[in-house]
Amino acid sequence: MKLKQLAAACTVALASMFGAATTAQAQISGDVIRIGIITDMSSLYADIDGAAGVEAIKMAVADMGGAINGKKIEVLYADHQNKADVAAAKAREWFDTQGLDMLIGGTNSGTALAMAKVAAEKKKPFIVVGAASSALTNEQCNPYTLHWAYDTVALAKGTGNAVVKAGGKTWYFLTADYAFGAQLQNDTAAVVKAAGGTVVGSVKHPLSASDFSSFLLQAQGSKAQILGLANAGGDTINSIKAANEFGVTKTMKLAGLLVFINDIHSLGLKTTQGMYLTDSWYWNRDPEARAWSRKFFEKVKRMPSSVQAGDYSATLNYLQAVKATGSDDADKVLAHLRKSKVNDIFTKGGYVRDDGTMVHDMYLMQVKSPDKSTEPWDYYNVVETFKGDTAWTTKAETKCAAWK
Amino acid sequence: MEIFGIPLQAFLGQLMLGLVNGSFYAMLSLGLAVIFGLLGIVNFAHGALYMIGAYVAWLAMDKFGIGFWWALVLAPLVVGALGVVIERTLLRHLYRIDPIYGLLLTFGLALIAEGIFRDRFGVSGQQYEVPELLQGATNLGFMVLPNYRAFVIFASLLVCLVTWWTIERTRLGSYLRAGTENPALVQAFGVNVPMMVMLTYAAGAGLAAIAGVLAAPVIQITPLMGSNLIIVVFAVVVIGGMGSILGSILTGLLLGLIEGLTKVFYPEASSIVVFVIMAIVLMIRPAGLFGKEA
Amino acid sequence: MSALPESTVARRARLAWLAALVFLIAAPFIGLYPIFMMNALCFAIFACAFNLLLGFTGLLSFGHAAYLGAAAYFTGWLIKSAGFTPELGILAGMLGAGLIGLVVGLIAIRRQGIYFAMITLAMAQMVYFVWLQAPFTGGEDGLQGVPRGKLFGLLPLASDIAMYFVVLAVFVAVFLAIIRIVRSPYGQVLKAIRENEPRAVSLGYDVDRYKLLAFVLSTSLAGLAGSLKTVVLGFATLSDAHWSLSGEVVLMTLLGGMGTFAGPVLGAFTIVGLQNFLADRVGSWVTVIIGVIFVVCVVGFRRGFVGELLAWQKRRKGN
Repeated sequence: MKLKQLAAACTVALASMFGAATTAQAQISGDVIRIGIITDMSSLYADIDGAAGVEAIKMAVADMGGAINGKKIEVLYADHQNKADVAAAKAREWFDTQGLDMLIGGTNSGTALAMAKVAAEKKKPFIVVGAASSALTNEQCNPYTLHWAYDTVALAKGTGNAVVKAGGKTWYFLTADYAFGAQLQNDTAAVVKAAGGTVVGSVKHPLSASDFSSFLLQAQGSKAQILGLANAGGDTINSIKAANEFGVTKTMKLAGLLVFINDIHSLGLKTTQGMYLTDSWYWNRDPEARAWSRKFFEKVKRMPSSVQAGDYSATLNYLQAVKATGSDDADKVLAHLRKSKVNDIFTKGGYVRDDGTMVHDMYLMQVKSPDKSTEPWDYYNVVETFKGDTAWTTKAETKCAAWK
Repeated sequence: MEIFGIPLQAFLGQLMLGLVNGSFYAMLSLGLAVIFGLLGIVNFAHGALYMIGAYVAWLAMDKFGIGFWWALVLAPLVVGALGVVIERTLLRHLYRIDPIYGLLLTFGLALIAEGIFRDRFGVSGQQYEVPELLQGATNLGFMVLPNYRAFVIFASLLVCLVTWWTIERTRLGSYLRAGTENPALVQAFGVNVPMMVMLTYAAGAGLAAIAGVLAAPVIQITPLMGSNLIIVVFAVVVIGGMGSILGSILTGLLLGLIEGLTKVFYPEASSIVVFVIMAIVLMIRPAGLFGKEA
Repeated sequence: MSALPESTVARRARLAWLAALVFLIAAPFIGLYPIFMMNALCFAIFACAFNLLLGFTGLLSFGHAAYLGAAAYFTGWLIKSAGFTPELGILAGMLGAGLIGLVVGLIAIRRQGIYFAMITLAMAQMVYFVWLQAPFTGGEDGLQGVPRGKLFGLLPLASDIAMYFVVLAVFVAVFLAIIRIVRSPYGQVLKAIRENEPRAVSLGYDVDRYKLLAFVLSTSLAGLAGSLKTVVLGFATLSDAHWSLSGEVVLMTLLGGMGTFAGPVLGAFTIVGLQNFLADRVGSWVTVIIGVIFVVCVVGFRRGFVGELLAWQKRRKGN
């Protein structure tokens, strides 16, 4: 009996040491600036952000010289696999044991909302780049969460208005069944109705659904003019493919509510030409963006998405704030970020609002036809620019207590 | 015209899609039923073998330019060979002990397969083109049905029929059935039972692979495609009666249809309707619809 | 023949248990990350609960995560939205899990062996999909922002250290409770059922009722693990109810040693430790490693750590 229990105690001890070994540094280290990104590295949204997003962050660190006032800058990264609990646990662990100074993340609204709570509890800055839910700066806003690139309101206002104006009055939504999808559908439906259109119906599909045939059949049966795709990443790609396969595109026009350049690249111009979409940035928008994108292309072998550009911009501005205030104290840095303007390859004249939104211009774009595309990744025409304040939630609409 | 408040067109369309899915379920549960019915092994690796079959088809196209029709032959051979290796080296040791261990072993194998493919190929998935011959769609009047999906129905039913007929109606099938019921006796008659067992497992694996190749053009090929389906397939086999080949085929088709109907009236429940049916069936007929009481 | 008198063996055993306890009490102060330890302790409770069913009664429930997840969600919602204090929330979660266990048990107990396992798995899937759809769980996003609150309305649990000792206390209580159950006359009947069910029936025992009670006990304790975990981490998500977790708890028990007391605890710490340590380094290979451990255990290590140790001891005594 005795040996067994002794062995038990020993093995428990060893196993715990083994498991906790990496997390045993309990001190907050003050002489390194640590930036961590938790995003989807292996699944649905891996191309839009993923490992290439980490590269973008490293580019920002390099552009700041790799160190600020002698303190080295370190980048941590982890894969949340689209699981809120993995994201929250990793964020908590980094804050508690790795001395994390700033968290970047998302590409999944559920994980972003979870991480926002952890960051608020630990009183450290959290910059959301990839996730879209407007709740992050609305009902669930908090002083430590900044929303950098885009949100569902901006996308809805862009695409929703433009499509209704172009004649698409009746809508049917195909929605991903989680926070982001629901938010996108709600925000777009509101814009459509305000512009004089009607929402005929909707159907929810599970995240990463493999087969869209049944949902598309229902969409077809609704006889709506527009099929609004309130999903993203692989789900959008599969929806568009299946819509072509089942002839839905012959009777309905597709409105991709969140489409990235990687999706167009995956589907090809033949399938997607003429589609409207709203985005926060395009690599070919101006010479400065183009130059930066070429540098990115050298490292990653594909053109950056708006999320990856957003990762770069958020990191750069954070580090600039750290340099300006001479400290990595969260409150000081956030105060500085809120006071200064954002002028980089991502946007000009951007600024951080009280509710955490980084207000900047959004662009309505249309996918080119194959004959008009002059080089690889040359996919968009910029049709309209929504200036700063017009694109985002207005003060009248907001439910964020900090911005009233 | 409306049925239960849904236009007839939509109704028939969903039934048609239900039939497509049902043929899939039938094919997948077939392999599982063969392995359990004849060998008494709960093959949790079935989903993984299905996934590997799909990847073989994709790799064949991507790396060697081998088309869909050849893949239909190649994949079952490759995966069947894998099945032989698994049976020979691992499963063989477990026949004499509690069948639970067979379940756990194949569960572990499924995890290994999924992890390796995830690491190698990522989860976003690969695209596989519908073969040229089957591209395009036919307007059936009540819906537009892609030709490929119609093909899936025919191919699956054909495979199911051939398998059922082989096992229930041929001499080889009768050796198989006898050999698993009373190996010693059949061996005494000069039949190589261990070889038969091995080939049976390989055949089950091959069936999974064929289902994988058929799925490749319509479902995204990802390392998780097997684990998403495996539990539903198990439920189908349990409902049909765990030893019954015919039971699995019929239940698979039935389930596809019922699921299709559920998607029309109450889409949120379409994922669990199979389990509800299972609970009901087990309470009325514990051995399943076509099963024999153990 | 044992060379030592029973009282000495028993005393040494108690000393060893005490050593383990001291280690666990000291853990947060010697640099082990409390959140990790609490997570591991919760899974240890889960594994012990599972072992009660598999190791001591011989029933393989292949959908045990359903109960952990159910309690996690119930507790989370009651604490967050209905203002329950943590101990009431945990209790309510446990009861909820036990109720679901009762329903599943009533359906599944009629069958044995593999069929029982398959039924429990399918029922668990049904429960999983209910969580997926139910609005209060938050679906894919999970139930977030569950406050730790004050234990009994008095003791604030926000501090990780305070929370840790609460979790440790619960773990010790569960562990001792299981020992008591197994060593009681009721537990003896369970072992008889595991060894030879037909004989137990012929001896006149209402076997189904014994099995059902074991099932409900096991699911309630599994629920306790889930409830605790929710309070510790502050959220409940679909991962808590997913069938891959059901598989992992089987592995924890198998690896540690079925039918032993310390086995599941060891197994839990090992697997949780492994996942924690490797997740950053090797990504998807964690799944492969877990799969390999499964295969190795089933083919050549069926008694698990503690089981092998006990067998080795017996062989030594035998010589």
